[in-house]
Amino acid sequence: MKKMLTIALASAITATTIYASDIIKGSGASFPYSVYQKWIKAYNKETGIKIDYIKKGSSKGIKDAKARSVDFAGTDKPLSPKALKAAGLYQFPAVVGAITMGYNLPDVKDLKLSRKAIVAIAAGKVKFWDDKVIAQANPGVKLPHKALTFVHRADGSGTTYNFTYFLSKASKGWRKAYGAKKALSWPGNQHIGGKTNSGVAALLKQTAYSVGYIDYADAKNNDIKMASVENRAGNYIVPTLKSFQAAAAKAKLDPKKDFYSIIADPKGADSYPMVAATFILVPSEKPEINKDITKFYRWCYTDAQEIAKSLGFVPLPKELITKIETYWDTKGIK
Amino acid sequence: MEKIFRNLSLSSASLVFIILIGIFITLFLASKDAINEFGIGFITNPNWNKEISIEIDAKSSNETIKNSKVNEIEDFNLESDLFSDEDDIMIDDEDDIIIDEDDMLFNEDIKTTFTDYGALVPIVGTILTTLIALIFALPIAMGIAVFLSEIAPKNIAYPIGIAIELLAAIPSIIFGMWGLYYFAPIIADLVGGYQVSLLTAGLVLGVMILPFMAAITRDSMNTTPDVLKESAYAMGATKFEVIKDIIFPYSKVGIIGSIILALGRALGETMAVAFLIGSIFALPTAINSPTISIPVAMANNFGEASGLGESSLFYLALILFVISFTIISIAKLYFLKKAS
Repeated sequence: MKKMLTIALASAITATTIYASDIIKGSGASFPYSVYQKWIKAYNKETGIKIDYIKKGSSKGIKDAKARSVDFAGTDKPLSPKALKAAGLYQFPAVVGAITMGYNLPDVKDLKLSRKAIVAIAAGKVKFWDDKVIAQANPGVKLPHKALTFVHRADGSGTTYNFTYFLSKASKGWRKAYGAKKALSWPGNQHIGGKTNSGVAALLKQTAYSVGYIDYADAKNNDIKMASVENRAGNYIVPTLKSFQAAAAKAKLDPKKDFYSIIADPKGADSYPMVAATFILVPSEKPEINKDITKFYRWCYTDAQEIAKSLGFVPLPKELITKIETYWDTKGIK
Repeated sequence: MEKIFRNLSLSSASLVFIILIGIFITLFLASKDAINEFGIGFITNPNWNKEISIEIDAKSSNETIKNSKVNEIEDFNLESDLFSDEDDIMIDDEDDIIIDEDDMLFNEDIKTTFTDYGALVPIVGTILTTLIALIFALPIAMGIAVFLSEIAPKNIAYPIGIAIELLAAIPSIIFGMWGLYYFAPIIADLVGGYQVSLLTAGLVLGVMILPFMAAITRDSMNTTPDVLKESAYAMGATKFEVIKDIIFPYSKVGIIGSIILALGRALGETMAVAFLIGSIFALPTAINSPTISIPVAMANNFGEASGLGESSLFYLALILFVISFTIISIAKLYFLKKAS
């Protein structure tokens, strides 16, 4: 009898340890990878729960989630409610990030870039820095007559997707000719590609008279000057956490539509235009694991805001968090 | 025992062959979509990931779409095309934005554009970087080898030999970082143009293949029998003449072997080149203009590739496989036979 008890106990212990050492697996978007990574590490330290997130790209993440080979997937492009229903997935936003226009212009500070200028630069139409499309927005700034070099990502990335999405929202021509893509063949002949955000940062730093899009954290960490960008209201907005937050607050993320919305180029006088929300997909038939995942994200939204801020990501606004909590509640994954 | 030994070695040898064929078949199957779509014209097509608009008839099936008139998208006019405030509804309407193929999964809309892929730029980039690397590395490697095997005294030759072998042990990512942060600015100052370019990538690649060539050439030079050298000296030959007329002809096979090995590495080098080549899909107009090579195109784009794009990358891989295979077979069959 005693023997049986010990066996039962032992097996119970092994069973629970196996369960406890279960790793929550995720994959997908690379844009929020840095913040997910830090969150996961900090969460593991606090709770001992192990989460694995592999950056494969949004499209591979969506594929993984559909094939149920992961417990959750990250994607920069939200799925429509119809698509979610067909695939049996739930969706909620995770964090908001921003893309900045970094530039390397000796002797020029506080550069302003209009929407038109950014589209023109990306389309390879600006040959020199003193082109009138840039000069218009910068009265009083002495722009040099030097050839402009546009630096972009060489590898496929969510950053490029979000940047080109903004361009598609700003220009009809861009929308028709290039659209929003994770990698594209950039027009013009005055551009170079850098591998990953750090590659772009290095090129921006080392190439005089260059300009390029880069995520806020890498620009800040590398002391790259960031241009103010014209928003929808026509104001020039300096990229700061505050202006990103103003943009995030304007985002129309509706739980009834499974938060299906891309927040780039929001309304509002103080909103920074080049922002992007990134989303999490979870399979609907696994409420137990989903509860662990939502618990993790609740912790991220509230306790781990500082981590997000330190990487240049914007914690979600309070009202939105409440909305997400209700969404979880109604789906039974809270 | 003999039999077991024989079978064991046979199976190890055939394993390589099976893996080689397996890789070829996998690449072929994965690239089938792209091969069907683009055919052999893929190799001479300079476009990559380029949207081309299609004129669709109401009744057109997939087949006719392919054959129907395909136009490159016209350059757009900036002035008239910017959204104004009245276009608010347009901005919110997302249906007509061009997006990646796989993101359209649930979109029943007919595509009005077609994404074109071609391999010309990466193929040219790969061949040119490899050539630059070889042109740069070959004379230096020969110089090192001659110096180490013939000219330098033993106590100098030894540490230099070790240093060169260590150079071969440095991972390519380190060459990439060093090249990007320190070497690229120097090149740009000297030659002008962009920091990341064909030239920068080729030169760093040259530094990377240098140790292979130098070490193998030195070893094969060392195998020259002393009797031959001594007889030449006895005939009154100078050091230069001995090196030119005795050592080089004798070690020809080794030198060609070292070039083949270096070629293999240079063709497939990914990480270092990815940082340094500029990674843009455009044919280089000058030696200091940025372009892209096949391995870099694959490494950069696999992460987010899907559908036809992914298949095209496999097609690229297949082409690289064939290129390296052909070059190395030619070198092996023709030059080595000729030399020996």
